[in-house]
Order: sequence, then C-alpha cells, then structure tokens
Amino acid sequence: MTAHSFDFDGQRLEARASGALYWPARRWLVVADLHLGKSERMARRGGALLPPYETQATLDRLEAEIAATDPARVISLGDGFDDDAAGRGLPDAICARLQALAQGRVWIWVSGNHDPGAICPRLPGSAVDEVQDGLILRHEAGVGPDVSGHYHPCLRLAGQRRRCFLVGRDHLILPAFGAYTGGLPVDDRVLSALVPQGLAIACGTRALPVPVGFAPRSRRSATRAAGA
Amino acid sequence: MTLPPAFRDWFAAQGWEPHPHQIDLLNATGDSLLIAPTGGGKTLAGFLPSLVELQAPHKGMHTLYVSPLKALTADIARNLARPVEALGLQVRIEDRTGDTRASQKARQKVDPPDILLTTPESLALMLSYEQAPAIFGGLRRVVLDELHALAENKRGDQLMLGLARLRTLAPDLIVTGLSATVEDPDRLAAFMGGARVINADPGPDPDIAMLPTARSAPWSGGGGHYAIPDVLAEVARATTTIIFMNTRAQAELFFQAIWAQNDDNLPIGLHHGSLAREARQRVEAAMAAGELRAVVATGSLDLGIDWGAVDLVIQVGAPKNVKRLVQRIGRANHRYNAPSRARIVPANRFEVIECVAALAAVRERDLDGDPRGPGPLDVLCQHILLTACAGPFDADALFAEVRTAGPYAALAREDFDACLDFAATGGYALRAYDRWQRLMARDGLWRLRDPRAARDLRMNIGTIVEPESLKVRYRGRGGAMLGEVEEGFAATLEPGDTFLIGGQTVRYDALREMVVEVTRQPAKEPKIALYSGLKLATSTQLSHRVLAMIGDPTRHAALPEDTRDWLALQARVSALPRPGTLVCETFPRNGRWHFSLFGFAGRNAMQTLGLLMTRTMEVAGLGPLGFIATDYALLIWSLDAVTDPAPLLDRDALREGLGDWLGSNAVMKRSFRNVATIGGLIQRNLPGTRKSGRQATFSSDILYDTLRRYDPDHLMLRITADEARRGLVDFGRIEEMLDRSDRLDHRMLDRVSPLAAPLLLEYGRVPIAGHGVERLAEAEAEALMAEAGLT
Repeated sequence: MTAHSFDFDGQRLEARASGALYWPARRWLVVADLHLGKSERMARRGGALLPPYETQATLDRLEAEIAATDPARVISLGDGFDDDAAGRGLPDAICARLQALAQGRVWIWVSGNHDPGAICPRLPGSAVDEVQDGLILRHEAGVGPDVSGHYHPCLRLAGQRRRCFLVGRDHLILPAFGAYTGGLPVDDRVLSALVPQGLAIACGTRALPVPVGFAPRSRRSATRAAGA
Repeated sequence: MTLPPAFRDWFAAQGWEPHPHQIDLLNATGDSLLIAPTGGGKTLAGFLPSLVELQAPHKGMHTLYVSPLKALTADIARNLARPVEALGLQVRIEDRTGDTRASQKARQKVDPPDILLTTPESLALMLSYEQAPAIFGGLRRVVLDELHALAENKRGDQLMLGLARLRTLAPDLIVTGLSATVEDPDRLAAFMGGARVINADPGPDPDIAMLPTARSAPWSGGGGHYAIPDVLAEVARATTTIIFMNTRAQAELFFQAIWAQNDDNLPIGLHHGSLAREARQRVEAAMAAGELRAVVATGSLDLGIDWGAVDLVIQVGAPKNVKRLVQRIGRANHRYNAPSRARIVPANRFEVIECVAALAAVRERDLDGDPRGPGPLDVLCQHILLTACAGPFDADALFAEVRTAGPYAALAREDFDACLDFAATGGYALRAYDRWQRLMARDGLWRLRDPRAARDLRMNIGTIVEPESLKVRYRGRGGAMLGEVEEGFAATLEPGDTFLIGGQTVRYDALREMVVEVTRQPAKEPKIALYSGLKLATSTQLSHRVLAMIGDPTRHAALPEDTRDWLALQARVSALPRPGTLVCETFPRNGRWHFSLFGFAGRNAMQTLGLLMTRTMEVAGLGPLGFIATDYALLIWSLDAVTDPAPLLDRDALREGLGDWLGSNAVMKRSFRNVATIGGLIQRNLPGTRKSGRQATFSSDILYDTLRRYDPDHLMLRITADEARRGLVDFGRIEEMLDRSDRLDHRMLDRVSPLAAPLLLEYGRVPIAGHGVERLAEAEAEALMAEAGLT
C-alpha cells in the first residue's frame, strides 16, 4: 500500500506516496509545483550553480507515476516551471521526454504565480487558469472546496521532515512534486488558517495519514504506547 | 633592531624587564613563530617591533593583527593603548570584526589605521574588496595570535590563503606567529609558510594532580557529579577557579548540580558557546571584576582574555587530548614563572586510567596532535570565488600564489583546476551552465560574469558552519534571550516539555518566527538540550598510552586500588587489551548475545565501526539490534552470537561499506552540508533570512542525494569523502587500529566481562533500524490517528 485513499468534496481520491494525487474515477493524475528549470533560473540570476539534475530527477519520478497509474489526463497544478523563461529554456531532450510522456493523454498546465505566461510550443498540452470539472483545481487555494498546490506543505514525523498532502473540509493542498523545493510546516499560521483541522498525509516510502489540528497532543506517550 | 631607550624606560616604569623572547623577536629579520606559555608577554612581544618602527611616521596600514576571537581584538586594543599613550606614539589602532559599525568599515577602506586588529573572516572579506591592493599595499607586518588554535581547523587554512594574498600585495611583509605550547613547532612553522621558531622559557612545571575524592568514580557516565563536594571544597580554598567540562550539556548539568550543593552560596557562573552573547559577556565581566569564585565552562573559555586572578583549573571528565589539557592548565595563573595549578576529575573508571596516563604525558611534556591533512579544497573554492570578487585574476599566477600557503604547498594543478572549474561552472558532468557561468575567462583573465554576484559571495565568507539552531527566549513582550538550541532538538520538543538552558529549567511553550518561546519552570525534571557538535575523540597518542597502561600489569601500581582490582579481574576471566592485540568478547546476557571490542580508536571511529560492523552482521543474518560506542570500546547486541569476528573486521569489506552504505548516512550528509556551504554551492542561512516563509531553503540533503545519483564523481562529493577519513566519520583511525593490531584475541565468555560491564550502562545507544525508521513512522502515525479517534 503506497497510497492512501480518502474522500474530498464528494470524490474518492488517492494520495500517492510520491506526492502525486490520483483520481481513479476519472483516471486523472495531478502533480503540483514541479518547478522545472529551477537550478537554471538560479544560475541565470547569478546565484549558486546547483546540481543541474533536478528536472531530470523530477521527470524520473513523474514517469514512474505515469507508468504506475496510466492516467487519461495529467494535470500540473501550477508552478510547473520555475519561471516562464525556465519553461522556454528547457533542454530539447527534456521537452522530448515530456512529449513522450504525454502521448495518448490529455496534458494540462494550470498556471501558477511562477509561470503565469504561455506554454513553450516545444511542450505538450495547453495552459489554463483553473480546471472546473467535478472538482475545482487551481494553483492557489481560493473559495473552497478546491484542490491546490502552492504552499509546499510538510510535516515532521518520527524526527524526519516529509512532504505531505493537507486535507481539510474546504481545501486539499498538494505537496510540491519538484525535487528542489522547500516546505511550509502544516502548523504554520497560513496553512492552519486554510485547514484548521483535518488530515496530513505524509509522503515517502508509504503515504502515512496523520491528524492535524486536534487539540490534545501528547505525541511521545502515543509513540511509546505503540511500542516504538 | 634594539630596544630604544624610551621603550626601555617604559618597561622599567612598569617594573618589568623585557623577556629574552621579546628581544629575540625584535631582532628577527624574517618570519618568526613564537612559542610561549600564557602570561609570557606574548602579545606585547608580537607588537613590540611594530611599535618601535612606528616611532617614525608611516603612511597607510603598517601592522595587521589576526586573532580567532572578536573579544580578543577589543581587549588588545585597550592593552596597546597604554604603552602607545605613555610613549607618546602617533599611532591609530582600530579593530574590525563582524561587530564593527558600517561607517567605520567604510572609512577603513579609504583611510586604514596604522594597526588593524581583525579576525580571519574579516580579513577574507577585506581581501575581496577591489581596494585590497591599496589597503594592504604598504603593509609591513602581520601578527597571527593563537595560531595553534587557528591551525586546528579550516579557519587556519583560509587565513593562510589570505596571508599568501597579502604577501603578493606587500612583498616585504614580515609575519610573526604567536602560539601556545604545541607538540611540533616546526610543523606549525611550515603551516605559516616557513618561519624561524623562537621558544620562550616554558616556565616551571605545573602543579597538576588528580583531585582526591571522597567517593570513587562511578562505572559509567560523563557527568562527574560524584565529585561535587570535593570540587566545592577546592573552589572555596582558591581565589578564582575555572571548571572545564567537555560538552555543553555536561556543563549545564554540572552547573545545576553544583548549585544544588552550594550551601555557602559561592558565586559560580556558567559559560558556553550556546548561551546568548549578553549572558556570556555578563559572566566574563563578573569574572574580570573578581566577582565570581568559579565558572563552569566549556571550550568557549579555552582561549580569550587573560584573567590574572584565576589560580585553579579543574578539568572534569577525560582530558581526551594532552595538548588541550596543557593549554587549559595554562589558563590558571597568568603570572609568568609561577606554576599553574590544576586538578582533574575522571568521570568514570575508564577515565581514571586516561587521566593517569594524561598526567604522565604532561609530566613528560609529551604532547599529542594528529598531523593536519593537506589544505581542504572547499576552502580553496571559496578563496577562488572571493579572489574574483576583488578583480580579474590569472589562473597560473593564482595557482603559484596558493602554493606559497603552507597547507597548500603540495597542491596538485589538477586539483586547483577542478576547484576553478567548480567555481566557474559548477563542475558538473552535465555542462548545463555554459550561459550562466559564475566566472568567465576573458583576455586570459578570470572574472565574475555578473559583478553583482560579489555581494552574495561576500555574505557567504567563512569556514565555520554552525548546526542549524534556534534562539530561545522567555515568552512575552521583550522576553530575555537565553541562548540557542539545535533545530533537531527543538523539533523533538512538545509544548510542556522542560529542558535546561543557561542553568535554568524552562518549559517549552511555542515556536514563533523561528524563536523557541519558553517559561521559567524550576521544579520539573528537565530534558537536556542537545548540542551535537563534533564530539572530541581521545587523541591517538593518548589512546595508545591508555592501552599500554591497561595491557601492562606492572604499571597498574600507578592506578587507584579499585581500578587495579577491576583490571585484575578482567585479566582473570577474559583478557587485558594490549598493544598489538585487538581483544574482543562474545557473551550472553538477558537473552541477547553481546559482542565487545576494545579498539581504543576514539569515539567517532568506534561509532563508525559500529555502523559498519552491524551492517555486515545484518547481511550475515546475526540480527544485530543495537550498539554503543565509546572512546575505547564498542558493544553490539544481537539475536545470534558472533563466533568469528575476523570477517567483520575485514578491511576491504569495511572500506566498501563506507563507500556504498555509509554514503547515505546522516553523518555524511552533515559533512556534505559543511563542505557545500564553504565551497559556495549553498548559501549560508543568514540571520533574518530564515523566517518561517514558504519555500524556505530546501535541505542540503536533497542536493547530496541528487549528486550521488546523477553525478557521483563531483568535486563536492570527493571532498566530503576525503573529510570522512577524519572528523565525524574518522575512518582513518579505524585503519590505524587495524594497522597496529596484528593479533585478534576473541574470547567466548559465559557472562559479561568486567571491562564490558560499564558499557552496558552508557547512554547513547544506537538502534539498528533497517526498515525500522519506516516502522517507527508508521507506528507513530497510527497512534496519532487512534488518539484523534480517526481510525
């Protein structure tokens, strides 16, 4: 079991351990905040020259998810590119790989704050501001219920930081799928305002659900009781 | 140069006679290294030639003084002011550290003082200015203080690269190094690029002994609390005492424990590197004013301002290293030619032997110290980038200049080129940054592609990489700052947990804007704040002395009776570890098999050996469950018995394990973080930039994993692997242990041996978790769900 199934806005969804969201009824695969081209953008701006493999690493993981779920539709939920120039500047080999992945599926780029512009013609799919079709999917959480990305939620579990889904009544927030992305703890003010109470589903080797925003927290005794 | 009459009169007016080494240094015509004990007028000796020369007017900066401590620069400025004023010299003395006001820094660029007092980091910053040739062009002298301390880490390597630069800018420079007693003065002289060694009279032998205690040292632990009544009695007899502890956590606990028994209310303070700066400064001021009878301290007081009133040093816990012990002893009694008084308190039975061995080494003046490796390449990468900030450079000329720095004298051209390539392009197998190189070659000279990058590079100056830490403050508006705890420790805290910091027990309330907010809560049993800095391992030489002492029963007479009995029993039921023989034991206990190995390779190496051996045991199906490592021994427990230890200690297998398995270990990731920060691959987290904001910096672990997967031969990984031979991983000492042990003496016992018994009581067990981490996380998640009624 590498995924955790849950209900949101009347739909049965799967939070995959990779950080991708799968909607079995529609065969949609949704990934947020790929930030392709991030290291290139940092270098362009005169910053550190980070290992230029994050786009490759992100696509390796995305390819595995597509192979595992064979989705009819792939949705990048905003900030697919670290900026519009990064989107245009992707190496040809990467564009070709994305074309191959999109073969036989609908590919949609929801635009985000990092990449508001048009999609580079070498890439598959089309750009939209949001998707309203059974669920509302947009980059940044708005009037719920909606599915969004943008915040890169994460949490600490057994001493390790993990990316996570955040599931509340009004909002489902996806973790960042991109390799070089930081995170915002789920108990941060901004996130607890959006999801005061709900479920965080930690990514990693397995998808692990954890409650969020329930008052009495005596975590250590609970861990001991579980025989850890 | 002779001492001018005015100076002679000034000495006489102070009631002083110039020391021979001060005159020696005045006569020196080239670079010198002065080795002198504390209190020997070392600093004055260093400045004397400058002051004599500055009787004649000089334009621009004449002397540059570099010290490892900011506090020292301010102190020196005050001390120098007196002779300068008395002699009527027209000399401007200023300091320049991270604390100096921006306006003063700006003025120093255009109008440098005659004497500038600074730190290695501030020097590196000044050398990165375009104006560096003008600032330093007329420089005559450089004084390097506490060089022994600087040479111990990368700050020294950076300083030597800076010195090489200075020598290019001011070819007639005369350099003077000042050092406490070291084991090999010639090696330190070579480190500073060659110098004549001047040895001051080392002074009388110290008065040093074990502190007699009413109770015997316990079997295990590191606190030394059993000796508190005896320590208090010594403090009461002395004027001012420094009580040195080995770790910050131990200092916190000892401070709390000593106050619990301090019936006479002797004023005793606490000083360590994680306390708020204000708290440390208060203690230092009280100490200087003679208001404290004792201060419980860590390495934070190893260097620093001389307090003449300190007349006793007490070292609690194993000294680990003879040289450091001697330097700590020197903190007592800064009057020249008066013996320093010191007492040592072993924290447990193993340490009794180490203390006795260390005392013998001090008496024989046999200091230890592992030869430092060649200059690290991450520091060179930073130096290349900073050099580019100052202006375009020629690669051949820079290579030649770098080779004049002691640590880089043997630098290979291909290593230099790899560093240059890293600085310019990132050095990746995938040449992705041709358009966005950091450095570009034009007209045969390397320069910044985008001059604006200089700002970021300058922000990243330095070779000290602190673990991520969070400030701790009392809750409420304007709550006082208490100090810092490591982020990893803060993450384990739940609201309501209590911990010790600055001698106070406080309750954790909340984390706000990356500050840990706490309330005072004296009554509860606290957790200890975790400071996981590099744990000092017992030095190779001292370990050898301990091993030789244990292995030779004729030398046991020097040990206390209970220790003698303990070793005699070990000899009877098992075997004594001895030079040339690696003793190990297998025995059952509480339904588990235990395997003990007495390797004497130091804590870090023994820990690494534990990780590597349990991995082999896991593969062999022995079901290892956990291990504990100390400076001397390793104890592993498992479901099945180790009957043949030889394959577990196979050198090639261990080396292979280091490569492919330890590579993913947290210790390696930590080394990588240091290397990548110094080398300039990742930007240091600067104060104020690390708000709780979204997309805060992602962890360096991600970069490490990415490089290992996609670019395993990258320079930063190579440097990380080199460092693994020393420091936290310390694989070099595992090899040293194998080299010196021709014979393996394995005993099958029916019960725990006397030497192994204390290991069972040690803290710091490492559980073996193949898939355990995942299981732990699952268990925790399930428990939380159940608790919230969500299952």
